[in-house]
Amino acid sequence: MVVRTLPQYPIKKGEPAYKIWIFEPGWKGELPLITNPRQLAEQKRPALLPGHRLCAGCAAPIIVKLASLAFRGPTIVVSATGCIEVATTIFPYTSWAIPWIHNAFENSAATASGIESAIKALKKTGRLPYDHVDVVVFAGDGGTYDIGIQALSGAAERGHDFLYILYDNEAYMNTGIQRSGGTPKFAWTTTSPVGSVIPGKMEHKKPIADIMVAHRIPYVATTTPAHWIDLMKKVRKGIEVNGPAFIHALSPCDRGWRHAENLAIEISRRAVDTCYFPLWEWTPEKGYMLTDRSLSIARNPKLKQPIEKFLELQGRFRHLLKPENRHLLKELQEYVDAMWEDLLNRATNAPK
Amino acid sequence: MVEERLRGWRELPLGAVTYRLSTDYKTGDWRALKPVVNLNKCVKCMLCWIYCPDMAVIWDGEKIVINYDYCKGCGICAQECPVKAIDMVPEYEER
Repeated sequence: MVVRTLPQYPIKKGEPAYKIWIFEPGWKGELPLITNPRQLAEQKRPALLPGHRLCAGCAAPIIVKLASLAFRGPTIVVSATGCIEVATTIFPYTSWAIPWIHNAFENSAATASGIESAIKALKKTGRLPYDHVDVVVFAGDGGTYDIGIQALSGAAERGHDFLYILYDNEAYMNTGIQRSGGTPKFAWTTTSPVGSVIPGKMEHKKPIADIMVAHRIPYVATTTPAHWIDLMKKVRKGIEVNGPAFIHALSPCDRGWRHAENLAIEISRRAVDTCYFPLWEWTPEKGYMLTDRSLSIARNPKLKQPIEKFLELQGRFRHLLKPENRHLLKELQEYVDAMWEDLLNRATNAPK
Repeated sequence: MVEERLRGWRELPLGAVTYRLSTDYKTGDWRALKPVVNLNKCVKCMLCWIYCPDMAVIWDGEKIVINYDYCKGCGICAQECPVKAIDMVPEYEER
């Protein structure tokens, strides 16, 4: 048995700098959801440890970290193959301070359903020493949009109680920026190169969150790491509902989106400000509800920015800003506007 | 950190179980730019703690400390700091 030791850093007040989440058998109650940043920094520690080998400036660990700050107790994390899995668990190292399992690219939702059924069986026979054990899936866009959608759809149909968090970096970044079902139209990738024949990818992004809404599961939401309170609240809601929940989080990738490595948060903020990626949540009772910044934009349309604001920071859309490609930019702006109008019509809390 | 002897197949845990913490692997040497906190300007809003992708910002109860063992120098903290109290300085001065 290897003794695991964490590095110690001097702390005057609060929790140690890094800790492994250990819940004694018989642990009861729920961890509180704290949204005061100072209290968070004193009382909570993320489930991801430093030393993971994701690129500098990646937004995926921010999503994992913020989500883990909203966990309510003992949690098991399932990861599909993707950047998170490859970079956090390079043998023999692991970055997870909580139980973690990886199976394959396509069956993260199926693995999560199995774990959830096992927990249910243990609870029934009185062998589970906890009130509740939550199952959370972290999967990338390749493992959700393309390869994993049948497992996800099946798990949603069977109604297993788990939370599926999709961190969407809009291509297969882990294997070298190939297009996926999540890549937006006109984006450069290595398999949809920009040139004289095609202007980047020719198809629109698949509306994965709306596909999950069509399953009528108890909770669906979209979020970005820049709106961190919004993300934490949605993760907590998704864990608390009884049944499958799905959260679509935008995760800027500095290598694949070709932006400076300090801009991940700024780009996700602009994605919401330009209505390219609106923030909403859906429940069967209330329907679509806009949240956070998108609700402000719905109430005051002057806050909506043109799509160039989002594109200008990214090298994968550089060709759209050239004068000869103005018609492409106009087409993209019209598409974003149409999607936003459509969402406004569906949203129950948007001013009519 | 002294690297332990590589294990043979008899000693490895079954089922590809990872048995060491990644905190043993210091990612600080990836860094080209180094964040330096100006504590006179810092308002302790903790946004750098929240947005740091590498958990390299430590709140010790009184002030922000950057953990250079793990900081990869991405600069998100300096970009998001509302009072611009964090400067990115080159790790090695050119001579």
